[in-house]
Amino acid sequence: MVLDIYGFYDKMEQNNIMLSFKGDITSDLLTSILQIMEAKLDNWQEEPKVKKKVYNVLVECLQNLYHHMDEMSPNQDDKIRSAIFMIGKIDGQYNIITGNYIKNENIPNLQKLLEDINLLSKEELKEYYKAVLNNGEMSLKGGGGLGMIDIARKTGGKLQFHFTPVDDNYSFFSLNINISQ
Amino acid sequence: MKNSLIIEETNDTPKIILDKLNGVFEISGRSLPENAVKFYSPVLKWMEEYIVTPNQATHFEFKLDYFNSASTKKLFEVITILEKLSSNSLPVTVIWYHTKDDELIRNRGLEIKEMVELPFEVKMY
Repeated sequence: MVLDIYGFYDKMEQNNIMLSFKGDITSDLLTSILQIMEAKLDNWQEEPKVKKKVYNVLVECLQNLYHHMDEMSPNQDDKIRSAIFMIGKIDGQYNIITGNYIKNENIPNLQKLLEDINLLSKEELKEYYKAVLNNGEMSLKGGGGLGMIDIARKTGGKLQFHFTPVDDNYSFFSLNINISQ
Repeated sequence: MKNSLIIEETNDTPKIILDKLNGVFEISGRSLPENAVKFYSPVLKWMEEYIVTPNQATHFEFKLDYFNSASTKKLFEVITILEKLSSNSLPVTVIWYHTKDDELIRNRGLEIKEMVELPFEVKMY
């Protein structure tokens, strides 16, 4: 099969993708992506308010990937540690898309969290945020369970997500976040 | 306990000054560590020890540009420790700084202020 590179390019162009990455999400990579995006936002002389918001949401999205992406084992010998990340801008609105493998057994909790968040009003989200902030619980990976709530609060919109079944054990979780200005 | 804990700023972690002798307590810069538990563990430990034999008065300043959600939780813990100290009737003041345009940091400060009982000022710089 010959890779349709123009097809890729064209799709990215149509969606105004300014940065995309597929592969293992390492700590160094996070730092690099954040540096690149910060420089781009500066270059475009984006309003400080917008810049802050986009940067903050980016950090949460990337750190979510870093902490939560599951390693996918298509068979006994292979392991795939890989995720996808894209950021685009259409009609002045920033779009962040992430995708990663998730073990099927981990879907119900995540799905419930996202559905719950989407049901809450702005005021309810604030109260939920405060409750989680106050509970003092931290995960083994050093997260505090605030990431998704934080993203929802900062973007003010609903979290769009999808689970695509891959095989008996794994699915692919995609999250699409729009940041209105 | 050591009289001070100083941590230099990096690209993704803040500068921390906890200096009992000079009475300077400050967290400034960006706080985006992937593992906030690990980064803040010495800070929380120092603070817990400090409130056992604290100064007569404690003035704590937060001057942050960016912080991730996990850091928020740890910063809140620092403030909760200060709240404990404050309830021992020793004067504690907290100033949470934000720049003019920074609504995110300002609002986060105002929310934290609502959640704690100690003199907590949200101030522009």
